[in-house]
Amino acid sequence: MSSLAPLVQPTGTLPTELAAAAVHGLRGLSAKTDTAPTWVLQTRALAGQRGEHALFAGLDLQLQAGSLTWLRGRNGRGKTSLLRLLAGLSTAAAGDIQLCGHSQREIGPAWRSQLLYLGHQNALKDDLSATEALAFLARLHGLPASPQALAEALNRLGVAHRQHAPVRTLSQGQRRRVALARLALAVDVPLWLLDEPFDALDQDGITALNALLSDYCAQGGCVLLTSHQPLSLQQPEPQMLDLEPYACS
Amino acid sequence: MTQSAARASFAAVFGSVLVRDLTLAWRRRTDALLPLAFFVVAISLFPLGVGPEPGMLRDIAPGVVWVCALLASMLSVGSLFAADLADGSLEQMLLAPQSAIALTLAKCAAHWILSGVPLIATAPLIGLLFGMSGPALLALVAGLLLGTPILSLLGALGAALTLGLRSSGMLLILIVLPLAIPTLIFGAGAVGTIDAGMSASGHFSLLGALLISTAMGAPWAIAAALRISTE
Repeated sequence: MSSLAPLVQPTGTLPTELAAAAVHGLRGLSAKTDTAPTWVLQTRALAGQRGEHALFAGLDLQLQAGSLTWLRGRNGRGKTSLLRLLAGLSTAAAGDIQLCGHSQREIGPAWRSQLLYLGHQNALKDDLSATEALAFLARLHGLPASPQALAEALNRLGVAHRQHAPVRTLSQGQRRRVALARLALAVDVPLWLLDEPFDALDQDGITALNALLSDYCAQGGCVLLTSHQPLSLQQPEPQMLDLEPYACS
Repeated sequence: MTQSAARASFAAVFGSVLVRDLTLAWRRRTDALLPLAFFVVAISLFPLGVGPEPGMLRDIAPGVVWVCALLASMLSVGSLFAADLADGSLEQMLLAPQSAIALTLAKCAAHWILSGVPLIATAPLIGLLFGMSGPALLALVAGLLLGTPILSLLGALGAALTLGLRSSGMLLILIVLPLAIPTLIFGAGAVGTIDAGMSASGHFSLLGALLISTAMGAPWAIAAALRISTE
């Protein structure tokens, strides 16, 4: 594909017009390409499984830049499996996924630089301080990791006063906030996949995360998240995606 | 939307994982010293078991040191990826835009620094305890220098393959011990040839070749095994 080369350039720019051009190639798939909306994520007939057990099939997903989608489904429906599949942590049983107009096979590891996946585990080490734990994750993913950027990110989630405390001494909610602070560093990444981000957060934490999500979407980011509690987000209005109709068995 | 963030380079991923692992070990110093304590205690059992006859102890010393080094590094390698799997760090490390080779090399390097280097540093003392000669001591240390990285790489491979399984500890040892046999033979053999008054360069060449081939192959196998384990 001719538009592959610019995407894997070290500068890492992701020109909107290129993504749009790639979408034009799929014109038959979408009725709305006349106005060339920027599809960040598209899946076609996607099927997922856990072990030998088929979870969902025939999932056609189209997520636009600037949108926030609430993934719903009963326990065990495969919400986490879908997010892991989209993140590239597991392989699809069938169907294909396109991220910014490119399939995983085309861009290889560069796929993972186009998204941020936050699982329900916080991935913080007990023996590191909140700042050290966040700095490690930021460096790993090539996100800004200067002391100011880290302090600002922790401040956005309201845990700046605990930035030097060992993760071991933080409460469950504070740990979640430190893990979520990575989002504040990753506003340039086109897609966020968040598994239960509101888990363990108090009202202040939920407000801080809502503000972060609103800002990110306003800048053209795209979010797919799961949540057991109803979303209180006003802007952008969450779109619902129910996994039930696609469920196997 | 432009992506202004600098992409994490191979060196940055390698460096941050290595520094993190060493920092974590430093914060849990007593845990990090356990393989070394095992090594010393296990070796000191041999004179009690086989008797204090100096000639015999001198003869068995290289073999004893090598076997105990192998067991000590197998014991410590079991937790190499398990803690990272449990708290979700491994998943995040595999999601780094860089290939997982940087991650596996950094984990192996950290394991070698934490378990291999202390063993190499104590080996001369152990050798003196067993009455080994100067040239034999040198050969022992040189062999360990080439051999312990192989043990770390093979151990990491076993740890990645058995990650998330029940009774993974025993399985890990059963997988890795046969693979480590050539290292053991040439490492202990080098000291024997020096003692017999011959050149051990052949043994060292073979150890070096083993190290190169393991370093070329193991990281890819470990990365693939980690991806399968987290799927």
